[in-house]
Amino acid sequence: MLEARNITISYGARQAITGVSLKLNAGEVTAILGPNGAGKSSLLRAFNGALKPSKGEIVLDELPLRTFPRRAVSRRIAAVAQEADLRFPVTVLEFVLGARYAWASTGAWGWETERDLEVAFAVLHETELEAFSGRLMNELSGGERQRAVLARALATEATILLLDEPTANLDLGHQAAILALVRDRCDRRGASAAVVTHDINLAAEFADRLLLLKGGEPVALGAPREVLTEKLVGEVFEVKVLVDAHPVTGVPRITPVHELRR
Amino acid sequence: MSSTLQLRATVRATFRRTLFVCGLLLLILFVVLVIATVVGSQRLPITNALCALISRSKCGLSSEQQAILFDIRLPRILLAGAVGMCLASAGAAYQALLRNPLAEPYLLGVSNGAAVGTMVALVFFGTHEWSRPVMAFAGALIASFAVYQLARSRAGASPERLILAGVIVTTFLSSAIVFITTLMDATRIRSFTFWLLGDLSGATSSLLTIAVVVAILGSAVLTTYARPLNLLMLGERDAFDLGVEVGRVRLIVFLAAGLLVGTSVASSGSVGYVGLVVPHLVRLTFGSDNRLTIPASALTGAAFVIVADMLARTLIAPRELPVGAITALIGAPLFIYLLKRG
Repeated sequence: MLEARNITISYGARQAITGVSLKLNAGEVTAILGPNGAGKSSLLRAFNGALKPSKGEIVLDELPLRTFPRRAVSRRIAAVAQEADLRFPVTVLEFVLGARYAWASTGAWGWETERDLEVAFAVLHETELEAFSGRLMNELSGGERQRAVLARALATEATILLLDEPTANLDLGHQAAILALVRDRCDRRGASAAVVTHDINLAAEFADRLLLLKGGEPVALGAPREVLTEKLVGEVFEVKVLVDAHPVTGVPRITPVHELRR
Repeated sequence: MSSTLQLRATVRATFRRTLFVCGLLLLILFVVLVIATVVGSQRLPITNALCALISRSKCGLSSEQQAILFDIRLPRILLAGAVGMCLASAGAAYQALLRNPLAEPYLLGVSNGAAVGTMVALVFFGTHEWSRPVMAFAGALIASFAVYQLARSRAGASPERLILAGVIVTTFLSSAIVFITTLMDATRIRSFTFWLLGDLSGATSSLLTIAVVVAILGSAVLTTYARPLNLLMLGERDAFDLGVEVGRVRLIVFLAAGLLVGTSVASSGSVGYVGLVVPHLVRLTFGSDNRLTIPASALTGAAFVIVADMLARTLIAPRELPVGAITALIGAPLFIYLLKRG
């Protein structure tokens, strides 16, 4: 179980995150919401050990995260970055197999085992990328590439997933498919996930809890019904919103009222 | 990057495939080596030369021919092979580490750093031969760290930024080279100019031994770090997320590559573009997996410089071209092509 205990993260004099506590429970999806520059991605990077908190601590299974060797962390925690930036041609299978480095018994030198290949093909199947395994990453569409990035995270077999805007480049159908995969890992395999997103309505649908950040500080943490109120959302995003219930699922639905046209 | 030169090698690298490819390249290297020993301003009979090489006996060669084979040609060819191995595997490693298909010891200024180190050693510790590779190593390391730091920005080093940093460091070091050259007496200046462009004729047997040992060991070290380098090729952040201790791997690769470049420059000057041409050809043929790219580049690099040197020795025989002129002749157009395509 991964937990942030009252952490503060600074870039020089600027504080990106101030006094945030968040526990990622097994079987739960937590969405992290907030305006641009609210510290959402910084929080995710801290959860992964990439940013060191200046105050507070990230704790994995009751032990400080910094005491774990890097590869041990990567076996437990998988991060999905916003965009894969590729400068060399790599096939989808090679890309996904990169996830298996953390499991290599030999450390730096070594080759993938049969099991590594099994895991890779299983996630390629799950993400509907099997047919693309021999294709080069830079030949894929944005949506396919994003799925490959998720596939690689799943191939680490980590039970804690950190996703930074995993649906940013995806069409409606693929957004749902990706989040269904994450949901499934949590519901059936006891994984936990933290998802940074700008899509509040999507978050309300798939997340168990929402963390609302503004200026690096936590504003609210709780179930979508508790957090997504007109007052809180309006305050955090500085925009007038209307909150009603989704006609089918009943979760809160946010409609911004821009009043740009009268 | 996409174009006609786009890599089409989509077969996954495996241990068996790597062994097969490297075995094949080793065979090619041996054939090239034998051909290079008989071709030259004086052609040696191939069967006799082959017999002499294997049995180390006379095999019907005249004592003059024997001297050419064992005292002049063979050391030179072995040095060419070592230099090619050093530069090509270092180039492949720099490209992966810096995520830049254009990274190359010569273009990054690393070769010039090593050259300055070598010259300092020659001017100040002339009598101690061991000081040359040591100082060259130090120079290569300082230059590579300088370029790395100059090219780094918050968004990471872009290919163009890295090349610009390389140009700046190269220019700076070139003026240092000019400065040191003026301190030398006139008779040595010409040989130094020749050496700067890559000269394989001047190495002593102890330098040759060092070069061969470093080439093999250094390439082996880089090969053992091929898997984390595969992940670093996708970006430092991705590599970190997937379990790579980025700082440690980066340091080891910089050290090993610096040692390779330093040794090659100390023994033969700056032979340019080998580290660009060879890894590209290898990736084009076998794909981007460094577990195959690095050892295959090492072997191909050795063969490439042996052939380039063969051309340098024979094109205007009995006079010689610097081997660096030949490699640059092949490499510079490829660089322009890669730059335009990027």
